[in-house]
Amino acid sequence: MTIPNMNVIDMYKTMLKIRKFETKAMNFFAEGKIPGFVHLYIGEEAVATGVCANLNDDDYITSTHRGHGHILAKGGDLKFMMAELFGRATGYGKGKGGSMHIADATKGILGANGIVGAGHNISVGAALSAQYRGTKQVCVCFFGDASTNQGTFHESLNMASLWKLPVIFICENNLYGISIHQSRHQAIKDISERAVSYNMPGITVDGNDVFAVYDAAKEAIKRAREGNGPTLIECKTYRQRGHFEGDPGTYKPAPEQEEWVKKDPIPRVEKFILNKKILNESQLKDIQQEIDIQIEDAVEFANNSPYPSLDSVIEDVYSDMKEEVRVR
Amino acid sequence: MKMTFLEAIKTGMDHEMKKNENVYILGEDVGPFGGCFGVTAGLFDKYGDKRVRDTPISEGAIVGCAVGSAATGLRPIAELMFGDFVTVAMDMIVNQAAKMRYMFGGKINLPLVIRMPIGAGVQASAQHSQSIEAWFTHVPGLKVVYPSTPEDALGLMMSSIEDDNPVIFFEHKLLYGMSTEVGDDIKPIPLGVAKVQREGTDVTVIATGKMVHNAIEASEKLAKEGISVEVIDPRTLYPLDKNTIFSSIEKTHKVLVITEEHKRGGYGGEISAMISEECFDDLDAPVVRVGALNVPMPYAPTLENVVIPNTQDIINGIKRMF
Repeated sequence: MTIPNMNVIDMYKTMLKIRKFETKAMNFFAEGKIPGFVHLYIGEEAVATGVCANLNDDDYITSTHRGHGHILAKGGDLKFMMAELFGRATGYGKGKGGSMHIADATKGILGANGIVGAGHNISVGAALSAQYRGTKQVCVCFFGDASTNQGTFHESLNMASLWKLPVIFICENNLYGISIHQSRHQAIKDISERAVSYNMPGITVDGNDVFAVYDAAKEAIKRAREGNGPTLIECKTYRQRGHFEGDPGTYKPAPEQEEWVKKDPIPRVEKFILNKKILNESQLKDIQQEIDIQIEDAVEFANNSPYPSLDSVIEDVYSDMKEEVRVR
Repeated sequence: MKMTFLEAIKTGMDHEMKKNENVYILGEDVGPFGGCFGVTAGLFDKYGDKRVRDTPISEGAIVGCAVGSAATGLRPIAELMFGDFVTVAMDMIVNQAAKMRYMFGGKINLPLVIRMPIGAGVQASAQHSQSIEAWFTHVPGLKVVYPSTPEDALGLMMSSIEDDNPVIFFEHKLLYGMSTEVGDDIKPIPLGVAKVQREGTDVTVIATGKMVHNAIEASEKLAKEGISVEVIDPRTLYPLDKNTIFSSIEKTHKVLVITEEHKRGGYGGEISAMISEECFDDLDAPVVRVGALNVPMPYAPTLENVVIPNTQDIINGIKRMF
């Protein structure tokens, strides 16, 4: 499939935005400026980017604990994300969620999620909702290899296929469930094989090739929109960092790490853009600078934002009760 | 008009489904089969398979589907065949539904109802008889409803469906067949308002679910002995109507709390602790708590009877205060 140059540039920008946002977050975490847990997506940017490039604003996604990439690719705002990581009142969750719980209902982002495998079930509900209301919306469910060992994965694929729901299951096989290599957590190699059990198409693609991901997702999304049901797409990729920041990832053999860093999705796109003469070196640099500025703006926005008022701790537990939660 | 508890729940759902096409039911065998207890019988014929949806036996996915569809504009009513099966769906309730609004900074509504039959008395033994109120009252973000009469079941069901927060709706399976008069003016009953089921002056009994009826029976027996018992049914366990409870205690100065849960760690304990903390000066005697024995529910009727609290336990508990 030929992808228009415009889309190639947009996808490059998205991947770079994710990489630069996370590199910033990584440094801030190391400096102690960001509390809590930070799970980085570095090395996996092609997956979220290639998939979301096919989505509309009102389509839905469910995400994971490693969610920054999905959220940015689906149109999440750098400023509100950075502010949330900083625990500020202007953040997506008003400082109540943090990195693992960013959502933006206006962009169909139904939340990053701290529970491995929880997004599967929620995505089926969102897809059912689209089908019920008769819209042409779809829901993309992002999840990791290790979550396919949870019961939720199997329940959800079964239900989605049974009811021909417009959901696309995107497995990011990054080779590790925390510290456990895929070969030690499941007896299969290609997770797409599991689609057979649920009578849906299952395909495996190079998850570090944004164009391969884009093409596969495009077809699956079309199929879902036309009412033909779900697809399972396995994207083979690699988590370049530890499970969370602070995990040195010593369980990953050095040669394996080196081999995958060579397959880093971002330089691959840069090379493609230059080879195809879509842009020249200096235009690429301009894009990089443009994104650096966006990131700096987001940091400034976060830094200048107030901390949440201590009274806000009782807000948003319920739609219609506030003071009551203190006293009853 | 006279209505059974079961019909009342159905009528409440039916009214809301008529009013709002985004209200739908999903669960195991809720369609043509009418639900394991028959609560949804007839609704499939009326609304079709889109709005009364049979699901695979996948409780996690049933509740997850409710969560995902509630987050995107629908108002689902999920039926779990037995409350005991909710263990399989706990993540969707506790970590997802209850917390999403808060984690997302209040920018999402989750209008969903999860119905579940609970309670013992039908020799269904350890995995089909539990009273599990405390599992949910402990979780911020949930509302918990537990009616004891057809009239309350109807009005509270309507309010639960209209609520923008996740609501756990308990139904005691022994009450399904109970038939009483329900007012012709069908309307929602607000959550968070207790009901004084019987007025009295000497002692307050706070009872939930089927135990409300045991408490009323005990009050009738004690009236003959000259003890006047006030029976309060909170109807919603959260939000809890403290004012009605506290006003009664100001009058009677004695309290017994009765729930069908295992006594250890039950919501009855929370109510008693709250009274001890906030009404200590009004009390003439320590709060008395009655609950089930702390053992799994046994099968043999003779054994089951020993475990479930009964009317005599309430009478004995009250007499201890005089």
